[in-house]
Amino acid sequence: MLNDFFIRALLAGIGIALITGPIGCFVIWRRLSFFAGTLAHSALLGVTMALVFELNIAFSVFLISAVLAIFLLQLQTKTNLPNDALLGLLAHSSLAIGLVIIGFLTTIRFDVMGLLFGDILAVSQSDLLLIWGGGVFILIILKIIWKPLFASTINYDLAKAEGMNPDRYNAIFTILMAAIIAISIKIVGLLLITGMLIIPAALARNISNNPLQMVILSTIGGLLSILIGLFSSLEFNTASGPSIITAALILFCFSLLKFKKYSELKK
Amino acid sequence: MENKNKVLLKVENAGVSINDKSLVKGVSFEIKQGEIVTLIGPNGSGKSTTAKIALGIYKKIDGKVKKYTDKIGYVPQKISIDWTLPIRVLDFMTLTEELTQDQINIALNLTGVEHLKNKSLSNLSGGEFQRVLIARAISKKPELLVLDEPVQGVDFKGEIALYELIKQISEKMKCGILLISHDLHVVMSATDFVLCLNGHVCCSGAPHKVVKDSKYKELFGDRASNILSLYEHKHDHTHSQDGTIDQK
Repeated sequence: MLNDFFIRALLAGIGIALITGPIGCFVIWRRLSFFAGTLAHSALLGVTMALVFELNIAFSVFLISAVLAIFLLQLQTKTNLPNDALLGLLAHSSLAIGLVIIGFLTTIRFDVMGLLFGDILAVSQSDLLLIWGGGVFILIILKIIWKPLFASTINYDLAKAEGMNPDRYNAIFTILMAAIIAISIKIVGLLLITGMLIIPAALARNISNNPLQMVILSTIGGLLSILIGLFSSLEFNTASGPSIITAALILFCFSLLKFKKYSELKK
Repeated sequence: MENKNKVLLKVENAGVSINDKSLVKGVSFEIKQGEIVTLIGPNGSGKSTTAKIALGIYKKIDGKVKKYTDKIGYVPQKISIDWTLPIRVLDFMTLTEELTQDQINIALNLTGVEHLKNKSLSNLSGGEFQRVLIARAISKKPELLVLDEPVQGVDFKGEIALYELIKQISEKMKCGILLISHDLHVVMSATDFVLCLNGHVCCSGAPHKVVKDSKYKELFGDRASNILSLYEHKHDHTHSQDGTIDQK
């Protein structure tokens, strides 16, 4: 029943859940879900760039996300537009440019659906290496910057006053987000990677009372979503990304139920 | 008597403007070990801004700030913990410094909130939260404490106890303190040096000198001078509604 491609997809998914668990918590705490979505949208442009210039896809996506993040910072200083408007502008224009360029690439066969929604058939050995190698790297960095990043998340002034240099850690975190999107679009798809960052963390929030607990539960939630999602994707022949996110949503609904019971007990 | 102590912070002619509007300017003072320097002034006079300048929170400031210590504890005037972040008092205590359970317990005990250790920050009352903020700032044994209205929302009895604690900390731990307070009684009785702000330094000096200053009286009214004594003097400037100075 289990084919090679499926084992690879499982391993890839598990790797992704291990990274999106903790990073997703910070995305929620820092209210960056729209920003994560913007980075994910720009990934399409990254992929087309990779095809045009024959670059590694993950590298190209990472590069475009990083450029977009810097561009956003510049825009913030130049206009008085609110952040969500700027993010919307960048998200949709980079998506549009990416799609326009795809239109020109008539000679290259290109699976847009797979890119948008993930394709478990497409996970190769080198993808696995990228996900696990990159994932371990991201988690080590996160572990190192955890304290100052957390303090900056709680309160910028407090962190800065007590010598934490929040600007530096905010920038590092943005780069980590770009990296995680770059290595996970293949399996979850660029339209749904934000869901993988947010939904497990959101369900964890419902049932946790301290930061570490939330990170652990978010990771477990992500792992369960990946497992349930991938098995049902295989069973019902659905795209992997939507199956994973649907599984995550179902788990989220369960966390709401449990939360209610828990608070009733407390009363 | 404190003169031999190490200088912890030196602010020279400092100011900050946002969008070309000056929030505060021309502020100079220094804080030594074991010394309490207090900023007073009406709302919007630049007290918190001055504290943030001293802490190096602004990226661009006029003038100079020299810090001679990295061990700083800060109690900000406003801090809102997002409900999206589950955090207990315990987690909050170790925000910028690793502490042992003992150190956490002692600090929380000093401000009278040890029983709240495992409570969620979002469930605390305003006064309880202030006590936790103070406990966190002192738990890391700072050399410099910056307290921006530290007892806001604390009950009357607690307020006196906390000010007593702050005074003790400065004496026992040889800690320099920059305090922002509206309680003129406390300021005048417990402080070594007072800066009276209103967009700039109106007057400064030892408390008994400041209360005699005309500008102090003008800012806080005649009754404020009665805190120590009442003096008559002539004014050299007045403040218009937006805080600018009209010379007489």
